[in-house]
Amino acid sequence: MDQFLQHIINALSLGSIYALIALGYTMVFGVLQLINFAHGEIYMLGAFAGMYAIRWLRLEEHPGIGSLLIALLAAMAASAAAGFVIERLAYRPLRKSPRINLLITAVGVSLFLQYTGQLVFGSDPQFFPTGILELEGYNWSYGDLVIEPMQIVALVLAIILMVVLQYIIFKTRLGRAMRAVSFNHDLASLMGIPTNRIISATFMLGSALAGAAGVLVGLIYPKIEPLMGTMPGLKAFVAAVLGGIGNVTGAVLGAFTLGMAEEFLVGYWVPTYRDALAFGILILILLFKPSGLLGVHRAEKV
Amino acid sequence: MLTSANDYGTLPFFRAVVVFTESWREPQKMNMSLVSRIALGFVVITPLAVGPSMVAHASEDVIKIGEVGSTTGSEATFGVATHQGVDLAIKEINATGGVKGKKLKVILLDDQGKPEEAATATTRLITQDKVTAIIGEVASSRSLAMAPIAQQNKIPMVSPSSTNPKVTEIGDYIFRVCFIDPFQGFVMARFAAENLKVKRVAILRDVKNDYSVGLAKFFTETFKKLGGEIVVDQSYSAGDIDFKSQLTAIRGTKPEAIFVPGYYTEVGLIARQARSLGIKVPLLGGDGWDSPKLLQIGGKAMEGAYFSNHYSAEDKSPHVQAFIDRYRKAYKDTPSGLAAMGFDATMVLADAMKRAKSLSSADIRAALAATKDFQGVTGRISIDQQRNAVKPAVVLKVVNGAFSYESTIRPG
Repeated sequence: MDQFLQHIINALSLGSIYALIALGYTMVFGVLQLINFAHGEIYMLGAFAGMYAIRWLRLEEHPGIGSLLIALLAAMAASAAAGFVIERLAYRPLRKSPRINLLITAVGVSLFLQYTGQLVFGSDPQFFPTGILELEGYNWSYGDLVIEPMQIVALVLAIILMVVLQYIIFKTRLGRAMRAVSFNHDLASLMGIPTNRIISATFMLGSALAGAAGVLVGLIYPKIEPLMGTMPGLKAFVAAVLGGIGNVTGAVLGAFTLGMAEEFLVGYWVPTYRDALAFGILILILLFKPSGLLGVHRAEKV
Repeated sequence: MLTSANDYGTLPFFRAVVVFTESWREPQKMNMSLVSRIALGFVVITPLAVGPSMVAHASEDVIKIGEVGSTTGSEATFGVATHQGVDLAIKEINATGGVKGKKLKVILLDDQGKPEEAATATTRLITQDKVTAIIGEVASSRSLAMAPIAQQNKIPMVSPSSTNPKVTEIGDYIFRVCFIDPFQGFVMARFAAENLKVKRVAILRDVKNDYSVGLAKFFTETFKKLGGEIVVDQSYSAGDIDFKSQLTAIRGTKPEAIFVPGYYTEVGLIARQARSLGIKVPLLGGDGWDSPKLLQIGGKAMEGAYFSNHYSAEDKSPHVQAFIDRYRKAYKDTPSGLAAMGFDATMVLADAMKRAKSLSSADIRAALAATKDFQGVTGRISIDQQRNAVKPAVVLKVVNGAFSYESTIRPG
């Protein structure tokens, strides 16, 4: 029983990581109908930005929530800037071209960032300074059951960010503009909505979320490298599709479902199929319910 | 068939095309999937940027030795450390008169830790740089991609530290100066059973890695023979960051030790997650752990772990200490096992070249095969019938954030 509960806890923690990345994925898709394959790389940039911020500002000398917030803000700012530049240079010039061109460009941007990352940061894995929070040894254990504080932090943060995003999208002017742009770019700009600015803002918001995820993952799994974004990026994509891409609550639901499925597959059956499972789910969902668990079917505009 | 890509002179594009088409022509020998071959197509584009300046000029008074290593990529520590050992050996040989009156020159190509890149690099060293012999690779999966090409061109290849048995089975031109996986698996199994006196061991292996799978297999064989029990055999894939599900399953079986024959890139995280799940039993591993990054990433969680290695810097024998002194002078760092292996591989190769009747491939091959009791930094090296080195292994323990010598285990 302890083992089963431990698996549940592990799955929730894994799921919250996927959720944090999937949120940005799904939001950018929701507005632009663009699958931003570079999202995983922005998450990588966030992790590195967080690491350099901690090193340069010597945050490890003052551990605590304040230092964590500074590192998070630095990572989110750097990621948002990266998202802005990518959208401006790579995606905006192609906005009127067929969607497949954008998709290929996104893959290109993703590879570009991976290899530039290897040049700039070096490709050997680096240690993420976990010392900014003094949490080692503060695990809660109940019998064989162990819960780490960082697992709770990631879970709570994933849910808070989900709620905040929902609020932004449905209750603010920015959100209303985003939804308008998502509905129809041209019409939105005729109504006086600064389409370009809204799209930039969407990208920056999504990228900032990825940056925050980068720092949290760095704290939980303190090994960061330029290729770290590839697999989590793809898994988050699967999670977003599973939940219904474009749907914020769906992304979180999809992420937790995927986390659970992986955890139990590995824990009780064949560990080797971990990655195959994620993509198997992707294929099944695209075959049988392409709109995802919570997705609403959109009528194709002709 | 074109004998050499060099016939095209300085037209790099044609060279790339030749390398690429050659890889298509013999897919079975290259042992590559369609995907890797397509990937290779992209890969050959990369050297284009370097172009003509990299074309080595044939010169009579140097002997060119090719080296393939992962100097970038996620296992960059392996390639860099090995190359520093190789370079130190080359400098020493040249300072003492070289080989047969000629200086040695090493041409290093980076494979970024990818087998398909290692294969391309080998083809390039042989057809374009016309090297006399090749040193490489550290990782078995990469040596396995290189060896068929070296064998086919009859260029002697010496792997410093690929321990998978299959590497030298590829042909009679392929050698190594390290022990093989059965021996490493044997060493850790004996260490677990006889020194640690444990009976129940769990295994966590990297299924993407020939080396890890090999070690796990031979550990299991020996450990069972010695009366032990493998309570659970779990696996992960290189690049994973979350191992809690496997570790939770392992924890449920209450092992007395866990054998994790992976690379330092994952083992650090595995150790952390094992400790945070409350697993207190020692972790055991192989020479893939040998990197300072292991201690950096794993931190306190690595304390008390044991792994087999090729040499220990704490070895007091004068030739080991002399090597360490020279290495420290050159690189301001204590040499890792891999640096020592790179050094020994180069020394064994140079020794064979000195003994060979001529510098023809066949003569160098014969001299390499006849290597007996060569005093290397990593022990006395004899090459056996299967072109493997017969030598002892050391077991190191992590104590206070450093690798300390624990025991030596001899073959047999």
